Amino acid sequence: MTAFIQFVIDVLSLGGAYALMALGLVIVYGILKLVNFAYGELIMVAGYTMYLVSGSGLPWLVMAMVAVMMSILAGIATDYIAFRPVRAKSVTAVLITSFAFSTLLQNAALLFISPRPRNVPLPEVFSNTVEFAGVITPARNLITIATAVVMLTLFAWLMQRTVLGIAMRAAATNFTMARMLGVPANLIISSAFAISGLMAGVVSMLWIGRIGAVVPGIGLEPLLIAFIATVIGGMRSLQGAVLGGFLLAFIDTGLNYTLPQDLLKFRDAFTFSLVILILLWRPQGLLKGPATGQRT
Amino acid sequence: MTRHFLTAAILIGLIVALVVATEIIGVRLYTRIALNLCIGLILVLGLQVFMGNSGILSFAHIGFMGIGAYTTAVLTIPARMKGMALPDLYPFLVDVQISPYLGILIGGLMAATVAAAVSYPLMRLSDAAAVITSFALLMVLHTVMTNWSALTNGPRTLFGLPKATDLPMAAGVAILAVIAALAFKESRTGLLLRASRDDEVAAGAMGAHIPHLRWRAFVLSALFAGIGGALWGHFITSFSPRAFYLKETFVILGMLVIGGANTVTGAVIGAFIVTAAFETLRAVEGALNRAQIFSEQVVGLTEVVLAMAMIAVLSLRPGGLFSTREIGTLLLRRARQREDKE
Repeated sequence: MTAFIQFVIDVLSLGGAYALMALGLVIVYGILKLVNFAYGELIMVAGYTMYLVSGSGLPWLVMAMVAVMMSILAGIATDYIAFRPVRAKSVTAVLITSFAFSTLLQNAALLFISPRPRNVPLPEVFSNTVEFAGVITPARNLITIATAVVMLTLFAWLMQRTVLGIAMRAAATNFTMARMLGVPANLIISSAFAISGLMAGVVSMLWIGRIGAVVPGIGLEPLLIAFIATVIGGMRSLQGAVLGGFLLAFIDTGLNYTLPQDLLKFRDAFTFSLVILILLWRPQGLLKGPATGQRT
Repeated sequence: MTRHFLTAAILIGLIVALVVATEIIGVRLYTRIALNLCIGLILVLGLQVFMGNSGILSFAHIGFMGIGAYTTAVLTIPARMKGMALPDLYPFLVDVQISPYLGILIGGLMAATVAAAVSYPLMRLSDAAAVITSFALLMVLHTVMTNWSALTNGPRTLFGLPKATDLPMAAGVAILAVIAALAFKESRTGLLLRASRDDEVAAGAMGAHIPHLRWRAFVLSALFAGIGGALWGHFITSFSPRAFYLKETFVILGMLVIGGANTVTGAVIGAFIVTAAFETLRAVEGALNRAQIFSEQVVGLTEVVLAMAMIAVLSLRPGGLFSTREIGTLLLRRARQREDKE
């Protein structure tokens, strides 16, 4: 029984983080039908901001808010630098500019900060353990679950109840029609990037809490996780992204518990093959999402 | 093909001029750069064969380069070195030792075979789905290379390949690649594929079997990548799986995109420009590091500049420097216009 609870906590905390990562990616994809390869670097930006402000002596929560703000700004910058100039011209061009922007940010961190890992401040609760129903688990797992619940609720409220959310969902369903009805395209796209940055910033706090340090390449793994989760769940459906995140966490944790040691190192090859298979079998993912509109 | 004689002549002339100039100067550093450039040309042309004609972005090509390099490594490392270089190698491969030239050829064929086997279903996808699957394919290939210790020595460096690649040979293969890329572009498959790139629905309606066409281009380009990788392996003689990953993908993509993915001229010119810029910046980086102006090592400057150049080129000229017409066609056109004026 304790093993089962342990498993559930592991899946939920990992899944919560994965779901937030996937949401940040899919919110942009849903509207633009374009993948943002620079998404992982938003997580890196938040991490390095934490490192840079760590000497300031501010409370951790304030520093974390500054870091999240920076990653939101970086998200909006992605839109202005990598997407807006080429958006209307060619799909391939946008994919390449976002890949280039990701390389740019990564190597800027290498150039201006350091290739070596940098420590980031963590609040004390992150390293504590708590006993929960007979299971000893790190407190950050429970914090992750709680944060994911709060963020997902907030996000659902934003998308369902506010004008911005409704406009964004309209843009994701049929962009041209939404524009004709007076939804400002650039504002909506920039807001999507800002929300993407918000998700990345929050995830960054949780993700770096596991490692305690930040390196220039830290964004790759979250990006890949977000890719897999959205592909499994459905590239155009927000619910699908959340479902995909939890499902992927379930698969990963399950494989961790069951696979023998010498096959475990091939785990990523298994999961990526799974992605390819799912895309072939159901190109739209498990949940279908709204019907495609025309891309701008 | 006949319409591209002038283009072929100019591009081949460029490569020959490069080789002759390097041989005359005779500085080892320049020879090294020129050789790298020739191998880069083969890889970029390989990518152009698929990307330029089908219009689909592919991240997986560096993975096929890795397959080529590792295949020839396993076949050509001298038997007495294998005990050290590949301690866990399967027994039936331990005594195999073939000529590097044969190894390079088999490396290319192996990459093409793997591509042929895994890619057919992927060719049905377009747009973002195709890009994500090719990205996933790169990840799968990289994970396999990193972990299949018996054949690749795992994440550690594999050493002991005989040095066999020299500049004339790499340049020769690059010239063949130019000719093959131009010939493919004008072949029936290439024409149909380009039609599907410009309008998928219309080409499909006219009877083009799009997945099959894309598959042919993909296999051909994997052959290029495999041969390029094997040549590189016999030039560098020791490498690890990290050599076939995102950073290299980025450089190759940068060459193709800056030059212009739709034309062979673009691929060749892009490779020349990016290599020149890259080596200059690397020299600057090296000079800065030697002078110890900064307390820490300067790394990443080259990539930062290349990334900015890519974004700038794509914002100003989304198709690259040579976006639709080959250089020969452009020159002929200009000559004709001048005649008309007179």
